[in-house]
Amino acid sequence: MGLQYLDKKGRPLVAVTGMGVVTSLGRGKAVNWQGLTSGSSGIRHITRFPTDGLRTTIAGTVESAASQPYSAYELASEIAEDAIAEALVQAGLDTGEGFDGPLFIATPPSEFEWPLLSELYRNGSPVEGGTAYARMLAAARTGKFEGMARHLEFASIASRLQDRFGTKGEPISLCTACASGATAIQMGVEAIRRGETQMALCGATDATVHPEGLVRFSLLSALSTKNDTPEKASKPFSRNRDGFVIAEGAGAVVVESLASAEARGAAVLGIVLGCGEKADDYHRTRSKPDGSAIIGAIRGAMVDAGLETVDYVNAHGTSTPENDKMEYFSLRAVLGNTLDRTPVSSNKSMVGHTLIAAGAVEAVFSLLTLANGILPPTVNYDDPDPELPLDVVPNTSRAAEVNSVLSNSFGFGGQNACLVFSSLKEAVS
Amino acid sequence: MSSKRDVWITGIGILSCAGEGVAAHSPDIGEAPSRRDHGKLSPYPIHRLCDVDFSTQIAKASEQRQMGLWQRTGVYAAGLALADAGLAGQAEILNSTDLVVAAGNGERDCSFDAKVLEGGLCDGAASGRLNEALLTGLRPTLYLGELSNLLAGNISIVHHATGSSRTFKGEESAGVSAVENAYRRIAAGQSDVCLVGGALNADREDLLLGYELGRTLWSHPYSPVWSRKALGGGFVPGSVGAFLVIEAREHAQARGHKPYAAIRNVVSDRSRREWGTLASTLQKLFTALDVPVGPLAVMSGASGVEPVTSDELAFLQSLEASGHQVAIRAHGTRLGHGVEAHFPAGVCLAALALAEGCFPPPSDENGVETPFDEELSRVLVTGLGHWRGEGFALLERVQ
Repeated sequence: MGLQYLDKKGRPLVAVTGMGVVTSLGRGKAVNWQGLTSGSSGIRHITRFPTDGLRTTIAGTVESAASQPYSAYELASEIAEDAIAEALVQAGLDTGEGFDGPLFIATPPSEFEWPLLSELYRNGSPVEGGTAYARMLAAARTGKFEGMARHLEFASIASRLQDRFGTKGEPISLCTACASGATAIQMGVEAIRRGETQMALCGATDATVHPEGLVRFSLLSALSTKNDTPEKASKPFSRNRDGFVIAEGAGAVVVESLASAEARGAAVLGIVLGCGEKADDYHRTRSKPDGSAIIGAIRGAMVDAGLETVDYVNAHGTSTPENDKMEYFSLRAVLGNTLDRTPVSSNKSMVGHTLIAAGAVEAVFSLLTLANGILPPTVNYDDPDPELPLDVVPNTSRAAEVNSVLSNSFGFGGQNACLVFSSLKEAVS
Repeated sequence: MSSKRDVWITGIGILSCAGEGVAAHSPDIGEAPSRRDHGKLSPYPIHRLCDVDFSTQIAKASEQRQMGLWQRTGVYAAGLALADAGLAGQAEILNSTDLVVAAGNGERDCSFDAKVLEGGLCDGAASGRLNEALLTGLRPTLYLGELSNLLAGNISIVHHATGSSRTFKGEESAGVSAVENAYRRIAAGQSDVCLVGGALNADREDLLLGYELGRTLWSHPYSPVWSRKALGGGFVPGSVGAFLVIEAREHAQARGHKPYAAIRNVVSDRSRREWGTLASTLQKLFTALDVPVGPLAVMSGASGVEPVTSDELAFLQSLEASGHQVAIRAHGTRLGHGVEAHFPAGVCLAALALAEGCFPPPSDENGVETPFDEELSRVLVTGLGHWRGEGFALLERVQ
């Protein structure tokens, strides 16, 4: 392989040649980029189900006429298909002949939702002395509910996507909580670096705005309760931030060895220059007070990329008191004084927290930032947290030359994954 | 990759109906407890977990309370594997140990679900009542018990394995992918040491309901994996935790630790079974392993679900024609089907067999499993998902 196709460590350079995205701002890169750079919000009052009595009644939902009645499986599958289809068109790989590489897809929990449980319960014969589950098992034994199994099968979204797009091998269905989207991309990069494949399809999807999905985060006190003005609720890095806004979305990228991309004349949208990850052993929902795991992931990505500074940080920036504080201190620990001149913005101020999908959605936004030379803002930044002195690109977007971006993703269960994207120019300099 | 590194199995942690640890799963142990239960979950037999004192691996009661039983089972097995590999408490190595976990969803609060359903709180017009019930009845810790990646999260918290953490989903194939991913990363130099595995708590009505929707459970009096076809097939869930420490040879040698076995290769695919491509996929995967002809011990992950169980058997028996003298053992007959943990469990048992130079005796009365009296130098581990996904691992004795 020609040296121009290798990184500083002698590994194949990995290009991004296609990307697609769906969020509460809409479907596709164009509408999302327009919304992001104009400071629009996708956060609204929830209309999908009654919100009586709930502490939080807002979300960044994706509306769909196709996935009716709503279920997480149906909607998450649908928007993942949209995002992947868009990515394949851009990569020039929408040939209908099947994608010549593996699929790495992060998916939301495959679980019983209340309408499913209710239907089974109503259709099951009561079992003498038995539990409600015994009654539902009796319904299942009739064989009339086999169609429901897809909601519970852990890889059914991955299988559906593979059937549609013809990816090779066993599709990998993964979960690293809110770092999942970044992990999916990292796994594609690693496979290319190992020389197993020339390209991989990587993405993540989440559509879990349903009563139980909302309430469990509510009970963890993780959600904003600023219900009166939904578009103002997500306030990353602000002093009065009070939690994240749950949201839906999907992101997908085609990653490809630079050699393969150039050989087939595909446009290079950016390079995945570095990946870093580190698990935390402190607590299920909180990070170590010294930030060492987050710092480890950020530093790992920077070292892997061979960079000491970046031009821009696409923050995890959830708008929870805990995350934004820990993210700031960790960035400070790794980037030092250069952080003072590094803009750091959070897309979640506009699209909310797309959970499993966030890393992939924000990877697409990071790459659009590189390509367009415009930094999307952090909106709702009216009350800066004085303890987190950052250039958050407050409230309005800004033109800037960007050749490298750090994208952070952190999740419950001690999951931390960071990616560094760069321009081709930066990668081969 | 041109310069692949040798990949060793240096630690085994297994916990099942048969007991805990390598001694309870030794190939020559004879008749181990099966703890089959036809009672509480009738008509579904399951294999219950052995009696375990979780506090020996999870010291804090407060930590145990944060976990569902599947998580405790997995965290316990992971601890056994680390201790077995000599890594327990080795802070520096644990700090760079990569976790690769196969997981489904955790456990729902079935009594809460029953309360909502019996009260009609989730029926159309009553959704305001559902919200109220959820707000007052759901326990946040239980939700954390349901998240797939929280088995890995708990392993990091309890055992401090924190290099990285990845969780794969997809029933049996998740277990194959986990072992395969660890093998490939180590072979390529992307990792030096991985802690890999999964866990299942079979004693759960919500788990059974998920699988019974697809009509994949065995709901008759117990019978071995190979003997269920006449009644339509099905799997018998078995509670199991199965973890492996997989390590680059030079990394293990540098710290003076001996291996159980070497992983020669792991391969996987997803055939379109509905199109009849299972046999050709299995042939392609087997060919990729480049297995020498001669006696071939097979640790089969067959579930008992049909037709895939019969298709696997037919494929394995067809290898005779090309000079492979196969001796098959379905570990699901003795331990039950561990779903995500089933393939890691098969790899554990195969590695143990290679280390002891002894393949377990047949556990099947109708002649499918035949004695193996040859020198045991390699074991093929199979992992065909009960509804999707196929994988093989080839393990070899280390001289």
